[in-house]
Amino acid sequence: MTTKNELIIRMDEIRKVYDTGKVKVEALKGINLEIEKGEMVAIVGPSGSGKSTLMNLVGCLDTPTSGIYEIGGQAVSGVTRDELAEIRNRRVGFVFQAFNLLPHITALENVELPMLFGGVKPHERRERASELLERVGLGDRLDHKPTELSGGQMQRVAIARALAMEPDIVLADEPTGNLDSSAGGDIMSIFTNLWQQGRTLVIITHDPALARRASRVVEIHDGRITSDQATNAAA
Amino acid sequence: MKNDLHVILNLFATSSRLQKKRAYLTIASIAWGTVAILLLLAFGEGLKLQLDKNRRSTGENLAVMWPSETTKAWKGMPPGRAIRLRIEDVDFIRERMPELKAVHGELTSGRNALTYGRKTVNGRILGVNYIFGEDRKHYAQPGGRFLSVEDEVQRRRVIFLGNDMAKDIFGDEQPVGKTLLVNNAPYTVIGVMQKKTQMGVYGGPDGNHAVIPITTFKAQYGRDRLSVMVIETQNPEEMKGALRKVNELLGGKYRYDPSDDRALATWDMVKSSKTTGNITIGIQLFLGIVGALTLLIGGVGVANIMYAVVKERTREIGVKMALGAKQRWIIAPFVLEALVYTFIGGALGIIIATLLVSLTSFVPIENNRVMSFLGRPTLSPQIGVATSLILGMIGLAAGYFPARRAASVDPASTLRYE
Repeated sequence: MTTKNELIIRMDEIRKVYDTGKVKVEALKGINLEIEKGEMVAIVGPSGSGKSTLMNLVGCLDTPTSGIYEIGGQAVSGVTRDELAEIRNRRVGFVFQAFNLLPHITALENVELPMLFGGVKPHERRERASELLERVGLGDRLDHKPTELSGGQMQRVAIARALAMEPDIVLADEPTGNLDSSAGGDIMSIFTNLWQQGRTLVIITHDPALARRASRVVEIHDGRITSDQATNAAA
Repeated sequence: MKNDLHVILNLFATSSRLQKKRAYLTIASIAWGTVAILLLLAFGEGLKLQLDKNRRSTGENLAVMWPSETTKAWKGMPPGRAIRLRIEDVDFIRERMPELKAVHGELTSGRNALTYGRKTVNGRILGVNYIFGEDRKHYAQPGGRFLSVEDEVQRRRVIFLGNDMAKDIFGDEQPVGKTLLVNNAPYTVIGVMQKKTQMGVYGGPDGNHAVIPITTFKAQYGRDRLSVMVIETQNPEEMKGALRKVNELLGGKYRYDPSDDRALATWDMVKSSKTTGNITIGIQLFLGIVGALTLLIGGVGVANIMYAVVKERTREIGVKMALGAKQRWIIAPFVLEALVYTFIGGALGIIIATLLVSLTSFVPIENNRVMSFLGRPTLSPQIGVATSLILGMIGLAAGYFPARRAASVDPASTLRYE
């Protein structure tokens, strides 16, 4: 399964310093990370280790203080906020712990949203969105609002949304953190399926069960990568 | 651009709405501000129209010239000579200046005994050319008439009464056709002036005097020095040149320096009406500013609500940004939302203000001293345009500044935790 593939993520000596005026906090102290297409990488580490900062950088929600970051071969530096938004739109699909669906619009409309930003035509959006919801098992919930869905269902809508623009990577931040174990299990299965279909996934998690399913586990401590191992699942 | 519009409208259509109570309050504050600005401006417009009407009721494009003294030496003669015009000068100016719309002379006698039956009233009598009636807007009430050219040529003993004087002498009786004694000489009353509110007055208000033909006046009082001569031009622009020419003609005749504009004391009503015009503009401007400030407070209300909304929807904004929304797609729907509230409030305000203004038309203006000076509040298209512009600007500002804050939301920090 893991033949030598093209690089999706390339990080070279990435540093991120938060300057609060008086105090400078170095959240990342030189990260070198390469992720190939088709990998499922779990990033683990205690809180305060720099996981979230890394996730923000990988997801292009923020830019590094120094170092080189390329996603899908495109360098992320010196770009405007709007250009960064465009990169996020086309290359990254987010799945959050808190689902972060817009509460007042339907599941279908939520999945359509990235495609609206991406300039996909209305009828195509509709078609694709219902197809994606179908795939995550919510074909009968298209017109439900998030408040009418369970946590697991909301997270599945979020996954459908993350896939809407055919991104280079799906970036999940504690995707099972707000779910009970059975719903969490469902979500983990969906991720595994996606990986088996050849998607690239980066999952930030505390959950050892989820980390075990990944092909590779990257541990991060105090702003540095302390361990980077392929797992049994990779075989 | 087309895609932008599509995205913005789509986002606007699907973004969450204000709570109803907040929306109502916001709209009400804008409506209130709009009502305030419209009523104030309508009041100012009514005042302007009424002042204009009152000013014109004395006459339009008039200049009044009084006999006075020279202030400059001229051809060997010292300053301080009295220049006193005569009745014949009216014809002189009329012949030499056919471009004038009208010229008339007036002679005045201040205290005259006017007797009807057992009642005697003291009053002012003017001897005037018949053209005075048009010139100075002495329009007769129904059943009467003003002096005619025959009255003047034939020196008839006819008298036209100001409405207040007529009331003094005759009370509720109909004066026309009655015989009135003026210093014991019998006159026939031929008309009573229609009531009018006057702004510009010389000698006294028109309602308080009586008018007889200038020829009759000369015969009865034995005077032919004019109290005033009044010229009327076709257009206000001609007044300055006309006054210069009058002084050239009369300066030649009475031998004074034509540039001596004090030889005849002159009241140029065109000039002074400009001053009144400026004052009314000033008043309107002031009222407009007060109204605009009231509306601005409404706008601050909208902005305040929008700021709160931005805060509430921070996560929503962050999500949209994470999914790839550009800044303008975040800003525009907010501005649009503020504009919609402003527009609805403004439309409501316009409806309410129009209703209120039309209600004031039921307040009688006749015999109401305050209303006859203030006039009726009036809405004009210009007021509508000005108010809409102010509303639009306030709506834009009230939406733009909160939206800018929305666009500065940092998606990274809003998305992680509940």
